[in-house]
Amino acid sequence: MSRSYAFYPGCTLHSTGLEYGVSTRAVCRALGVELVEIEDWNCCGASSAHSLGGELADALPARNILLAQPLGRDIAIPCAACYGRLSSADRRLREDEAFRQQMEQVIGREYAGQARPRALLDILTSDFPPEELRAHLRKPLTGLRPVSYYGCLLLRPPQIAGAWDDTEHPVKLDRLLELLGAEPSRWTYATDCCGASMTLNRGDIVARLVGRLVSAAEDAGANCIVTACPLCQANLDGRQGRRPQPMPVFYVTELLGLALGLDEVTGLFGRHIVDPRPLLRRLGLLS
Amino acid sequence: MSSPIDWRFMDIVAERSGQPIATCYQCRKCTAGCPTAFVMDYDPAQIVHMVQMGERRALLSSQAIWMCVGCETCGTRCPNGICVGRINDALRQMAAEEGVRVGAPAIYQFHRAFLNNLRRFGRVHEITMIVEYKLRSLDLLSNLDLGARLLLARKLPPLPQVIRRRQEIARLFEAAGAHAAETPEGRE
Repeated sequence: MSRSYAFYPGCTLHSTGLEYGVSTRAVCRALGVELVEIEDWNCCGASSAHSLGGELADALPARNILLAQPLGRDIAIPCAACYGRLSSADRRLREDEAFRQQMEQVIGREYAGQARPRALLDILTSDFPPEELRAHLRKPLTGLRPVSYYGCLLLRPPQIAGAWDDTEHPVKLDRLLELLGAEPSRWTYATDCCGASMTLNRGDIVARLVGRLVSAAEDAGANCIVTACPLCQANLDGRQGRRPQPMPVFYVTELLGLALGLDEVTGLFGRHIVDPRPLLRRLGLLS
Repeated sequence: MSSPIDWRFMDIVAERSGQPIATCYQCRKCTAGCPTAFVMDYDPAQIVHMVQMGERRALLSSQAIWMCVGCETCGTRCPNGICVGRINDALRQMAAEEGVRVGAPAIYQFHRAFLNNLRRFGRVHEITMIVEYKLRSLDLLSNLDLGARLLLARKLPPLPQVIRRRQEIARLFEAAGAHAAETPEGRE
């Protein structure tokens, strides 16, 4: 069965979230999924547009949704912050007639409600039957004990992020990791915020939030953290400071790529700040 | 502490934020779940109460309204459907418009640098955005080690990606009006 999605990469997938972009495209290719990048897409505005920009908070992401209309299929969004902004704008376009007309006039496209923003993790955990994924498995992730980390905006607020997993106690990422042969560790910090939006201007606060999460992951018996957001990954990977034993932080698509035996994905592990290769070699998952 | 009470303040903030502020009965779940309450001069439940009590001046110049990371925990858990994050956004915009001395200048300057960069290219380019942020905030020495490691890992592209129809972005900024514009405070 062929699947096809509109694709909104977001700004970080070409920079700090480089491994996420490469692994997302590689995994989708391997699973026979087509990603059609939205032509001339723009930044969603992130935290800054809703902090200072007023209407920009919905107007900037709304442009991307209008540009995606002719594609007529769900929009796959790898970044949790982009997903939150596009979902908020989509709701506004559906419910606020004046806003929709204004956006249609500025962008010169019509809104037909045909390109629903969806988190990439939602797509990966909802649209593929387990048997289908299992058929692609080349290397079970035996010995890997990840904690699943969703962060803030993949599931909050539920009225906007939708109900594709439980808001306070999500489980779908754990199930996917089990299917890949890993043994997810249970913890209660899956949806606690890592503070990424302050990482440039208040590194001191962010280091405390990240330190708390990594300690909780250690206490849970985990040997790595899995994320589905480029801001969470960059923040958790880059802000562990001088911890004696820093913990590797993976994108879910990197672990999929590893389990599917995709060399272009495993070749990027050396670009993490906390090098995950010693752990993977110790477990016999990487040569 | 005595400060002049502005009795219209709650209605204005409720209107701008779209939040039913009057329904708060101080259960404090927002504060219990807030990841940054520990660095705020007023915690989230206090912010809501102060809006109800018309404490305009104290709130607009507070540091707390800038410490919110927009994680949506408060709004998700509030029994009355109040998202303190949206209230903080409204208060930040009022503070910027009214030219009060903002309580967390570095965070304010970061958001300005981010929006300027977005407006210039249509997408955000880290290196030029960070340079503008550092010049605006004079926070010159932070994060140099992390920046160097990201450069070494070739994760900070030297050149921006520029979208083709930037005029549409300019029009969205214009349509957003006063809050999106540079304030006198921001220009100094």
